[in-house]
Amino acid sequence: MRNEGKDETTYEVPIGPIHPALKEPFLIKFKIDGERIVGAEAHPGMNHRGIEFMGMHRNPYKVIPLSERICGICSIVHQHMFVTAVEHAASIEPTNRARYIRVIMSELERIHSHVLWAGVAAHEIGFDTHLHFTWMIREKVMDLLEYITGNRVNYAMWTFGGVNRDIPKKMYPKIEATLKYYEELYGKLEEIFLGDPSIRLRTIGVGVLTKEEALNLCGVGPTVRASGVRKDVRIDQPYAAYGDLDIEYQLPSLYGYKDTGDVFSKTLVRLKELVQSIDIIRQCLDQIPNEDINSEPKMAATLNKLKKADGEGIGRIEAPRGEAFHYVRLKEGKEELDCWKVRASTYNNLATYAPMFMGEQIADIPIIAACIDPCIGCMDRAEIVDVNTGKRWEYEHEELQRLSVKKTEKLLGGLKR
Amino acid sequence: MSWNDFAVRLVLIVLIPLIGIFLGLLYKGFDRKITAMMQSRIGPPWRQPFRDVRKLFMKENIIPDNAVPWIFNGAPIAALVATLVALVYLPMGPFEPVMEGYGDLILVLYLLAIPAVAMAFGGLASGSPYATVGAQRELVLMMSYEFPLAIAAVTIAWKYSSFSLGVISSDPVWNNVGMMGGIGLALVLTTMIAVLPGELSKIPFDQAEAETELAGGILVEYSGRNLGIFYLAEVAKMVVVGTLMIALFFPHNISSWYSFGGPEFGGFILADVGADILFFLLKLLVIIFGAVSLIRVAFSRFQIDRASYFYWVPMTIIGLLGTFLVVLEGVI
Repeated sequence: MRNEGKDETTYEVPIGPIHPALKEPFLIKFKIDGERIVGAEAHPGMNHRGIEFMGMHRNPYKVIPLSERICGICSIVHQHMFVTAVEHAASIEPTNRARYIRVIMSELERIHSHVLWAGVAAHEIGFDTHLHFTWMIREKVMDLLEYITGNRVNYAMWTFGGVNRDIPKKMYPKIEATLKYYEELYGKLEEIFLGDPSIRLRTIGVGVLTKEEALNLCGVGPTVRASGVRKDVRIDQPYAAYGDLDIEYQLPSLYGYKDTGDVFSKTLVRLKELVQSIDIIRQCLDQIPNEDINSEPKMAATLNKLKKADGEGIGRIEAPRGEAFHYVRLKEGKEELDCWKVRASTYNNLATYAPMFMGEQIADIPIIAACIDPCIGCMDRAEIVDVNTGKRWEYEHEELQRLSVKKTEKLLGGLKR
Repeated sequence: MSWNDFAVRLVLIVLIPLIGIFLGLLYKGFDRKITAMMQSRIGPPWRQPFRDVRKLFMKENIIPDNAVPWIFNGAPIAALVATLVALVYLPMGPFEPVMEGYGDLILVLYLLAIPAVAMAFGGLASGSPYATVGAQRELVLMMSYEFPLAIAAVTIAWKYSSFSLGVISSDPVWNNVGMMGGIGLALVLTTMIAVLPGELSKIPFDQAEAETELAGGILVEYSGRNLGIFYLAEVAKMVVVGTLMIALFFPHNISSWYSFGGPEFGGFILADVGADILFFLLKLLVIIFGAVSLIRVAFSRFQIDRASYFYWVPMTIIGLLGTFLVVLEGVI
């Protein structure tokens, strides 16, 4: 094809909104030259469900189950963040035992999420045998979660001031058995994902994110730890019981590998975090104090307190995919939330796509798209719709910056007056 | 050719493609079941491929607006016909090729190339970017594995000084070589085994379809009857390639070692023919298990440049080395 006398050899391949490489609706438009990617443009906004809006029309207790349903995998993460944010806003203190139970649940979910991710990654490079293997061993932790909470996916464990269910002593043997199961299988997982030649061929040197890019683009979680960035909310700003526990940043360089930031390092970091989670749960079971699981067992009393509370709160935690936070504002005399904002890890990590995709092959699109462990359901929080015209769009960086500067100027002007 | 002979051939030419399709669907069911078991899944029942085909032929046949209809519709038929024609030129079990004397190994190799080309044209004509990328990959892959395949075929043919498959399969090639030639043949066999998954577009060489990358690639726009015909061509090709491999490397028959005796019919001992046919089916099963199922569960998909490199460099070198050893032994 000729274009203004210049040879045009690139063509456009849209991946999404619905595509087998993506597990959720999302659109990336690729500019391809032969088999090489020369341009990538992400278009989120296909999976916006207006959950925050729904949340702002309910009382905080009713929002807890709603917050769980933001995501299919990290349901613990979102209820943890939401509950922490509301507790922060209303100055409610959870008991220490509840803090430890929260950590145990979070780490069990991290195991679940990372094993699931490993299976997805294997599927993306066409290695279905390992998909079935990892998803088979994932069942064990789901069984354990069901044993503790009664549910496989949405656990309904959190409440303001503590947790809904205790983990009594008689449950310890089964938890320990599951941890042992994963410890024994870990060697096999490492052999598969770090040793298999045909997987190494597809992951080493693919989707590289340098440390500088990772810092500039504000990536979070395993995605940037693989590039050697020391960033982990559990250590940087301990929440729940993490302050009492012994945790280390999981970087590839800790295990004698280079912090290359390719898909291989990201796999390595996730596998090592699996071991770390097992260790954390053991520490929790040893140290867990014996007291009540809820600082205020009467729901009506807490609800009353929340109604009177006035202020803002932030719940900031390290999800399996990286840092995420909830922002909540409560107004005195108002039963519903005044404001609720969710920012999931994928939102940050999406920006890291650009340097990772550039120069790679079409064949690497699925594995690179999967390597940040994207969760579109968590991420899609905003789409601008002009109600009068029905037009839909998203704000670009420049536009947002311009609006932000304008707002600051307006506020400054207000101060002068 | 007498009228009697002509009539027999005519019947067989109709019958053999049907048997080929039946066997292909049967083996595909076996492949899917055994793969599922190796992946600790339950898997579909062995007759699932038959159901798939039935259902595909019942479904609506959609032709995209920006497709070129005559190429789009013609490609599946060309693929199926070429594959089925190849079957009548191949020796099956104790029987010589039906069309022995009218076509040989070279013709079979050309016929084997047609389905891939037809699929690529069908993909290009379907007007989808995914299919276009898939078609490019299919052609690249074809150009890569054809040379190692040709090396294997030519080595065997050189040994017999004939391209006739009837001659080649009448006497297993292993009986005609010594130690050095045996090593050479083993190398050529390695090349042939490596070509099979590429020829059949199975993991690790399924780049043209690559579900997670191209959402089905070359076949993304195909549906209904057209997809069903491609499905039949694919399963028949599995039988063709397996039979070709048997004819070249393992044309052994039980009747050459042991005779059961018993009633005869038209010069054949029935019990021996039955044993030979069962042995042939078993060989086909082993080849499909080894070259398709086993490799499919043990590898991830290669990138297209790596796949091409794999055929052009390591496999070509191994094949040429094998040929060199076989020829060297023949010359000394």
